[in-house]
Order: sequence, then structure tokens, then C-alpha cells
Amino acid sequence: MKVKGKDWFLIQILAYVFLGILTIIALYPFACLFTSSFSSEHAMINYGMRLIPKEFSLDAYRTVFKRPEQIGKAYMVTIGVTVIGTGISLFVSSMTAYVLFRKELYYRNQLAFILYFTELFNGGLASYYIIVCKNLHLKNTYLVMILVPLFSVFNILVLRNFIKSSIPYSLIDSSRIDGASSFGIFFRIVLPLSKPALASIGLFIALGYWNDWWTAMMFVEKKNMYPLQYTLYRMLSTAQISSAASENAAVINTPTETLKLAMTVVATGPIIFLYPFVQKYFVAGITIGSVKE
Amino acid sequence: MKNKQKNQRGRITLWQDIKANKMLYLMFLPAFVWFGVFRYYPMAGIIVAFKRFNYRAGIFGSPWNGFDNFAYFFKSGKAWLVTKNTILYNLVFLAVYIIGATLVAILLSEVGNKIFRKLTQTILFLPYFVSWVVLASLVYRVFDYDTGIINMIRGFFSLDPLNISTDPKVWRILLPVLYGFKWIGYGSILFLSAIMGLDRSCYEAAEIDGATVFQRIRYITLPLLRPTSITLILLGVGKIMRGDFDMFYQLIGNNGLLMDSTDIIDTLVFRSLMGNSDFGMASSAAFYQSILCFVIIITVNNLVKKVDEDSALF
Repeated sequence: MKVKGKDWFLIQILAYVFLGILTIIALYPFACLFTSSFSSEHAMINYGMRLIPKEFSLDAYRTVFKRPEQIGKAYMVTIGVTVIGTGISLFVSSMTAYVLFRKELYYRNQLAFILYFTELFNGGLASYYIIVCKNLHLKNTYLVMILVPLFSVFNILVLRNFIKSSIPYSLIDSSRIDGASSFGIFFRIVLPLSKPALASIGLFIALGYWNDWWTAMMFVEKKNMYPLQYTLYRMLSTAQISSAASENAAVINTPTETLKLAMTVVATGPIIFLYPFVQKYFVAGITIGSVKE
Repeated sequence: MKNKQKNQRGRITLWQDIKANKMLYLMFLPAFVWFGVFRYYPMAGIIVAFKRFNYRAGIFGSPWNGFDNFAYFFKSGKAWLVTKNTILYNLVFLAVYIIGATLVAILLSEVGNKIFRKLTQTILFLPYFVSWVVLASLVYRVFDYDTGIINMIRGFFSLDPLNISTDPKVWRILLPVLYGFKWIGYGSILFLSAIMGLDRSCYEAAEIDGATVFQRIRYITLPLLRPTSITLILLGVGKIMRGDFDMFYQLIGNNGLLMDSTDIIDTLVFRSLMGNSDFGMASSAAFYQSILCFVIIITVNNLVKKVDEDSALF
């Protein structure tokens, strides 16, 4: 067994203390959010967000679930957009990645550059907004929420690098000799062999859709079409009641501040709940991305 | 299989390539169409910066007005302010991200207890998953003037309470801190995987030679992490004119009191476009941003190519 010197103990202490403090800072707001959503409105207004609420109450959740139409609809929109968007994005991104990987294509690097160039230069927000609304007529459609965040050059290039590094080209050649078509090779060989990368990239895409409020803010004006994050934003950004101005608010029965917390929990809960199970795919995804060709 | 026909010079024309690989080109088509419509079409629309835009006539039908929009943008006094804010914040963010992520990754790699390491990594990565919509509302509660924990702690040390919704100066510190809060967990995974991929034999040799833990970090780990840092710095410098709109908009919103120290190009363009329908300001500022961004990326990449071919982005 190795002898552990003074310096080893020093770095251990340093690491535990420093990382410990960071962990508490990272966890504290989320823990408070969760516990305070079970606080009474009165305690919330007078004492703010606390790790252990002074008065316990389920009023906020009762209010959320008494009229579940708004949040329910927002959930449906977000789930629909996320599922359809992620499906299309993942399929087409990996198909494109596969095309860019095929050596038979003489112009594959030029094709990749057509995509990559959009990372270097873009038309800017003003032009984008006018084109999407005025020329493409996509305002106030569900389609816009699927189409706008659909592709990222980064994901396509990461997938191409993954395919390059994990699928031997001889496999492609031998399938071609057996008479498989280009699409057949992609669908029956490349896709199944890319499962680990697809899981990771797919989760990144899904997270992007789930957390997207920007597209709705820019291009959707109809309240009943708002996705979850934008609904939440609209709700949270209504003026916060300062504790001084609302001494009497505690008497009123409808919770407002705790309702915001409860809504945040309901909207964010699934992500945080799923997070420990899917985290390893995200970690893998970051690592695939760092592989340089 | 049909062999490719090369012409006399040994080059293949695009048409020959398409004919020989019809299906592959067909499979490229969906992405090609999307990038055409959602990326290249708006690029053509950038000419709106030289037009007096009128919604009914659209970008291509509106009359030209030369450099009027730019004159207006630069005379407004906003141009310098937002440029300065965008660049300075991005530089500080980049420094916070790289130094923070490296530090956390090194400490994580040294921690002996596996469970602690996993747990810490999981928790530090959590803010990455939560949208700025939620994070911003949490920030305002944690920093609440009367009841927030930060002001309670400040009160304990007899410091004046901070009022983040009226004090612009606080944000110069707060924004980098929050950026670190959101991104250091993500970055540390990147650096940790780089550390795990380093050659163990260097460390073993150093240990035999009696190097301390700190000497190992200083003379082995840090130098070997340099390529990863350089790539990240390059990517960051390339995007130095593009601000993190999600973060700034959710945290600051349209709070005029904070604008002087927090307005960036992206928020200015957005407010001009959606708030005041001031297309002249929006389009000239957006044009200015796109062009500067492009010039910076090309310059940085060419400089890097001269110094070290392998580190270049393209």
C-alpha cells in the first residue's frame, strides 16, 4: 500500500471543503423551492423562501390542481413538441451525419461546410424574425415550435465523429457488396450501432425542446398554444408582491407567491426527477463531443 | 457497383457525384432544405439593415435608405455601450467557466471517496438542466431585499442589504457568478474526462520521483489540459459578440434601471424589434453583430492556424 503524505491529506481536505460548499450552493435554491412550495402564503410573504417552512400548507397545490386546464394544456404542447421535434431531429441529424461520413461522396466536405458556415455567419435576429413571420407565415403555429430549434450543426458533426470512430468502414463496403442500398445500410447497420450516441444526443435535443421558451415568445401569441416554460415565465414575471405592500394579502385566500413556487415545481419536477437516471447519457454526450476528428 | 467516372483531370463534377450517389444526396436533402430556409434565407434578409422597413412590403419590397439605420444606431449612443458590455461579459464568463471548471475537475479527480465524487458531480451538473426561466425566479427569491438568504447573511455581518432590482453595479459581479452556477458543472465534466484520458505513466513516474500532489497538478495536469482549454477559449472568443440572451433577458427583463450595466447587443435588438417595433435600430444592430462576429471568427482562426494548425476550428 502506498504511503499517503501530508500533501495528500491537504488536497483531500481542500477538495471536500471546496466541493462541499459548491454542492450546497447548487442544491440550496432547488431544495428551498421544493419545501417552500408547501409553505402557507402568509409565511411565504413574511419570511420568504425557507428550507423549513414556518407554516405548512397544501393550498398552492390545491389551487394548481383545482383548475388544471392551463398547465395541463401547456404540458400537452411541450410533450408533443418535444417528442415530435426530438424524433425528427434525431433521425434527420443522424442521417445527415451518415451522409457526411460516406467516403463515396466526393463533395462530402463541401456539404459539411455548407452546414458549418451557418455557425460562422447568420442573418441576425431582425431578419430572422421577419422571414419566419412574414415570408414563411409560421406565426402562431405549433409547427414553428418544432421547426425553429430543429437542427444544430454541432449535433450533426458530433454524430458524424461518433460514426467515424465506432463503425469500421469495411462493414459499409461489405454491405454494399451484398447489395444493400445506402439507406438500408444507414437504417439497418449504422443506426443500431449508434445507439449510445443517439441516446445522448437525443436527450440533449429533448432538453432543448423542453426548456425552450424563446420560440414561443417570438412567434406565438395565442395563449392556449403556449408551451410549459413560456406559461411559467408569463406567470412568474407578473409583478411580485413585496412583503411591505401586502401586509393584508395574507388574509386573502388565494395563494399567489406559493402558487408560483408550486407551478415551478410542477413544471420542473419531471426534469429533476428523471435527471439522476439519465445523467450518465448526458455525461457520455459531453464526452463524445470532445473527441476531435 | 458502378464506378465513378472521373474526367481527364481526375476531378469529379458535382453533377457526376450526384448521379453516382443519388440516394445519399437524397438523404442529405431534408437537412439541406432546413438550413436553406432557416439559415441561408435569413442571411439574404440581412439587407433589411439598408432599408426603411415596412411590414406590409416585407424585406425585399421595402425601399432602400442607405446607411440611415446605421447612422441612427451609432448616434443613439447605444452602440458603444452594448458592444462594450457584450465583449466584457463574454470575456469574464469565459474566464469564470474555464478556471472554475478546471478547478472543480482537478479537485474531483483527486477526491478519494467515489460516492462523494459521483454525488458532487451529479449535483453540480443540475443547474444546467433547469431553464433560465426557473433560475431567474430563484435568483430573485434568494436575493430578496427583505427575506432573501443572501441579505440575511449580509445582515448578520452588518453589511447593507443588496437590492438587485434597482442596483446596476451588483450585476457586474452577479452575472458572472450566475453564469458559473449554471455552467461550471457542465464544463467540469468536459475537463474531468480530459483528465481521465491523460497518460497515467506520467503520474506514476512523478510519484516515484517524489513529487507532491500539488507539483503533479502544477507540472503535469495543468499543462496537459492546455489543448482542451485552448479549444474552449477559441470557441468562446469566436462567439464574443453573441450574448447569452436567455440569461440576460430572464434576469434583467426590461428593467430600465439596470440597463446601463447589463444591456447587450442581443437584448437591444430584441427590445427594438418586439418592444418598440424599431426595425431600423434592430436591423442595423443585428447586422453590425453578424459582421463583427464573422470577422472575429475568421481572424481568430487564421491566427491560430499560423501558430498551431491542429488547434484551428476549420
